Amino acid sequence: MKIAVTLRLTPDLTEELELTEDGRDIDREWIGLVLNEFDDQALEQAVLLKEAAGAEVTALAIDGEGVERLLRTALARGADAVRRIPADDAPSSARALTPLYAAAVREIGADLVLAGVLATDDLHGELAPFLAAELGWRQASAVSDVRIEDGDVVVRQEYSGGRAAQLALTLPAVVGLQTASQPPRYVAGSKLRDLLKVEVPEMAVDAAPAATGIEPATLALPDRGAGAEMIEGSADQIAERLHAILVERDMA
Amino acid sequence: MRVLVHIEHETGVIEDTAFELIAIARSLGGEVEALVMGAEPEALAGQLGAADRVVAIADPALETYLPDAHGVALQAAIRERNPDLVLLSYSTAGLDMAAPAAHACGLPLICHAVELRQDGSALDVRSQTYGGKLVASSRVPIPAIAMATPGAARAEDGRLDGIRPVETVALPPGSAGAIRLVESLAPETGGVDLTQAERIVCAGRAIGGTDKLAVVEELAGLLKAEVAGSRPVIDAGWLPKSRQVGKSGVTVKPRLYLMAGVSGAPEHLEGMRDSELIVALNTDESAPIFAKAHYGAVCDMFDVLPKLAARLKDS
Ligand SMILES: Cc1cc2nc3c(=O)[nH]c(=O)nc-3n(C[C@H](O)[C@H](O)[C@H](O)COP(=O)(O)OP(=O)(O)OC[C@H]3O[C@@H](n4cnc5c(N)ncnc54)[C@H](O)[C@@H]3O)c2cc1C
Repeated sequence: MKIAVTLRLTPDLTEELELTEDGRDIDREWIGLVLNEFDDQALEQAVLLKEAAGAEVTALAIDGEGVERLLRTALARGADAVRRIPADDAPSSARALTPLYAAAVREIGADLVLAGVLATDDLHGELAPFLAAELGWRQASAVSDVRIEDGDVVVRQEYSGGRAAQLALTLPAVVGLQTASQPPRYVAGSKLRDLLKVEVPEMAVDAAPAATGIEPATLALPDRGAGAEMIEGSADQIAERLHAILVERDMA
Repeated sequence: MRVLVHIEHETGVIEDTAFELIAIARSLGGEVEALVMGAEPEALAGQLGAADRVVAIADPALETYLPDAHGVALQAAIRERNPDLVLLSYSTAGLDMAAPAAHACGLPLICHAVELRQDGSALDVRSQTYGGKLVASSRVPIPAIAMATPGAARAEDGRLDGIRPVETVALPPGSAGAIRLVESLAPETGGVDLTQAERIVCAGRAIGGTDKLAVVEELAGLLKAEVAGSRPVIDAGWLPKSRQVGKSGVTVKPRLYLMAGVSGAPEHLEGMRDSELIVALNTDESAPIFAKAHYGAVCDMFDVLPKLAARLKDS
């Protein structure tokens, strides 16, 4: 079986986000980029499947800053092959990029694609369902476990209130992964250093981005409204005030 | 403007989020059609009095939720009813169905919507983005599909009993079969029911590991509170699934929700936003949780929580 896993870099949300002057984007000059946390889970799940059922895992990413390093990490984590897909002026929305990913998936000959369930900076819909629609394959999102059974892919799909279901999808299929069946593995720095010189091949595809039908949004900081009453001071002072708040409400 | 609203239901109970969508559709001022699918969807029609019309797709293949059959049913309804706007909730079904419908019907799709207003032949839509750290304003030409964040409107404003005319749409043949239900799984209970808890102390990803949980557990013990976690805490195996609050966990409404090291992503807020008193500790002053909490402090939880515990012990 051949598995493709799609990887995207997203801004590190623990940092403060600043906007460009026209408000069309965040200021990307200084912001750190990290592997989209759900793609991270998808990569782990792909490698777990390979270990359990035997499969060839190819990690794909649209080319850009930091992508070679990202894909080397994927190799260190157990991917068999990596490909960066060149795209000029790459739009960031999954919908726009779907034809490029689809062409790459076809070229690899994958029967199963694992993608992170969402990217927090995308407003125009998620990659897994768009990719499945483009390929004409089955799809399930918000998945937290994937197995191969009798040639089908069996997933655990999660719903609200903690409910879930086991679904069997006939291949080929796309899965929008939320959580791998085990937490992503740690890769030692030495392993990454060994891969520093490994070439990350490009895979040009014969496909153009799709239109989303929506102009890029204008971004703004949220209106805090009333917001929280902020408690200032040293750790001691904060603890003192919190204690007082709890006492006031008969909770201490 | 005619709005087709996707009504999610589970074992005969319509989800609150479906009523929220009806409320949003009503606020746009036009006609509202409630799309309900299932083995016997007409049984739910009497609860959809806030819509002008019910569009029912009845088929045994739609008895339990399956991404393929339900997705194709939605597309059939869009083709037949030709709405100006299709509204879905940001849920698992919403994630599964919205993009393929947009793809198949050639419609723009806007997600994470918290506010929609009509302006001529377009919608002005505000969405949460970057984990709730930013708000995005988009101008979306209609017809379009929008996926709304739970909590974007009040369910009460879309809930009304009453009989409305029912139109039927047929599920196209061959829509089901490629995805099978193996087993439905009930929520893991694990001996705790957070929905009944009066006080909750919630640890976020910043807790970093089970070895650090003691800080939170001690505090919870002193407060007679239950310990909860955000999704990453559960995914990492630091707390059991029964203690997960949020979109894919439980929804709680305690008197006290004390949270530390939780950023306040929309998916977490969905599970605790109606708590009576929300107190949030976070090192990042721009953490979205500070917009929702009643009290907040920019601080290191590992400094403040033990000090609070010490005070509680003394009192
Ligand atoms: C379909 C779907 C369903 C989901 N369901 C859920 C759900 O049910 N529940 C849920 O919680 N999430 C859910 N999520 C995930 C959600 O999007 C967020 O990723 C998650 O809530 C983030 O958890 P967190 O706030 O603990 O971690 P982070 O967002 O990483 O936040 C950690 C925070 O800790 C702060 N911090 C760091 N160090 C310290 C310190 N020493 N002291 C104090 N603060 C510190 C940081 O500033 C940061 O704000 C879901 C996502 C999807 C796509």
